[in-house]
Amino acid sequence: MTATAGRVLRQLTHDPRTIALLVIVPVLLITLLRYVFDGAPGTFDATGASLLGIFPLITMFLVTSIATLRERTTGTLERLLALPLGKGGLIAGYALAFGAVAVVQSALATAVSVWLLGLDVVGSPWLLLLVALLDALLGTALGLFVSAFAASEFQAVQFMPAVIFPQLLLCGLFTPREAMHPVLEAISNVLPMSYAVDGMNQVLQHPDITGDFVRDISVVAGSALLVLCVGAITLRRRTP
Amino acid sequence: MMNYEPGAAPTAPTAHPSPDAPPPPTSAIAARDLTVVRGTRTVLRALDFTVPSGSITGLLGPSGCGKTTLMRAVVGTQAKVTGVLDVLGHPAGDPALRPRIGYVTQAPSVYTDLTVRQNLDYFAAVLHPGRAHRDARREAVTRAIDDVDLTTRADALAGALSGGQRSRVSLAVALLGTPDLLVLDEPTVGLDPVLRRDLWNLFHRLAGRGTTILISSHVMDEAERCHRLLLMRDGRILAEDTPDALRHRTGTATVEEAFLHLVDTDRADTDRPGDRATDEDPTEEHPTGKTAAPLTTEEAPR
Repeated sequence: MTATAGRVLRQLTHDPRTIALLVIVPVLLITLLRYVFDGAPGTFDATGASLLGIFPLITMFLVTSIATLRERTTGTLERLLALPLGKGGLIAGYALAFGAVAVVQSALATAVSVWLLGLDVVGSPWLLLLVALLDALLGTALGLFVSAFAASEFQAVQFMPAVIFPQLLLCGLFTPREAMHPVLEAISNVLPMSYAVDGMNQVLQHPDITGDFVRDISVVAGSALLVLCVGAITLRRRTP
Repeated sequence: MMNYEPGAAPTAPTAHPSPDAPPPPTSAIAARDLTVVRGTRTVLRALDFTVPSGSITGLLGPSGCGKTTLMRAVVGTQAKVTGVLDVLGHPAGDPALRPRIGYVTQAPSVYTDLTVRQNLDYFAAVLHPGRAHRDARREAVTRAIDDVDLTTRADALAGALSGGQRSRVSLAVALLGTPDLLVLDEPTVGLDPVLRRDLWNLFHRLAGRGTTILISSHVMDEAERCHRLLLMRDGRILAEDTPDALRHRTGTATVEEAFLHLVDTDRADTDRPGDRATDEDPTEEHPTGKTAAPLTTEEAPR
């Protein structure tokens, strides 16, 4: 597991541009958002906190789906699965590596938001970081899962709008979920990103850990774990 | 695994055991009625063959005849395999076999964004995890890089290497675990003659130490370097014998001619409308003695 995590990170170190993009883009976007809502700081607080949860999810989704797709198409996955390596170990290795990247990414974005951009958080910024990390794991899990259904990088990238955008629209970022059509609200209740955003908002508004917050992060963590397990099933030792 | 002196490369091919030497008593691979279906196509049709332990068995045949599928079945990565296929005393694909088989795919399967050494370090860590094995791993990695003659490129990114060099990285990965069975899918394609000879010397050294090697090729001159041959065509095995015996039986001078002879005999036996598209020239063109003893391939025509 640690061997795989180390290998994934080592691959990243040979690709400094990707590291720069992973770390800097969220910071730039959150800064952009701050000045988009220049006249409405309250809106920036709500949207900014939600986005701090959404960035890691989206970037880790993209990075993982492409990375595992590459692993499938270059034959290294087949080679690994012909070795005495557990599927769980491989997936955990990926989750560990990208989780570490997500920690760096989220820490920087959160720090800049709270200290430089004046994001008004009532709760602890550490909790923001925790939610962001869980979101990243969810993104890793979803990316791993969809890579099984993509035959090329083109298809893998197209899964982003297919899997992420509906959740983005329904997660309560644009309008409170209670205000949606009841059918959509019901759908949003079963999409994990809704809980990621809710969790961020709990930290934003409450000084302490609330029951809702615990429920939110449990749902996000549970979904991530579930999707990771389903992702493990898509790794087949025998292929047609 | 092997005591390979790096300076020893330019010597003549080491005297390998005569291809006529009796095969060791046990078989590393034994197939009975082995059939593989991919999609709607039957790629391997009821194959029976054995691969003796400690030998180099060449798997030869035109591209598309099912060589890779057969190798994947042996390694245990091929789905929809029916019949009996025993590998090193276990059914193919048994988890106990994973550390004992080295498999090199046709396309090099290594991480192009890692250096040669980093690739090998990773696969070595997968094979022998844990801090306790760190020194043994480093040694195995250094030796494997040396075996495939990439010591000077050890710190280059695999993606920056030439195609032939990259496929040698892939081979080095397979050598890491000192496997009992090496399955090599066209490992010498695109290599220059010197390297090819060096690699064949390496294969013979490995076989001398008891490693069984199943190697595919469509370069017939490599067949002469194998102890035994499996000649394949269109999902079936045309012949299974030593190179000498094949030449003798068909009355031909080279394995290539023997193969062509076998193909022609096979066509004459099995030709029927709707046979596969590889028959672009159905006219008889026996390169040599049509008078050779009639061949009995071990399979009934379908």
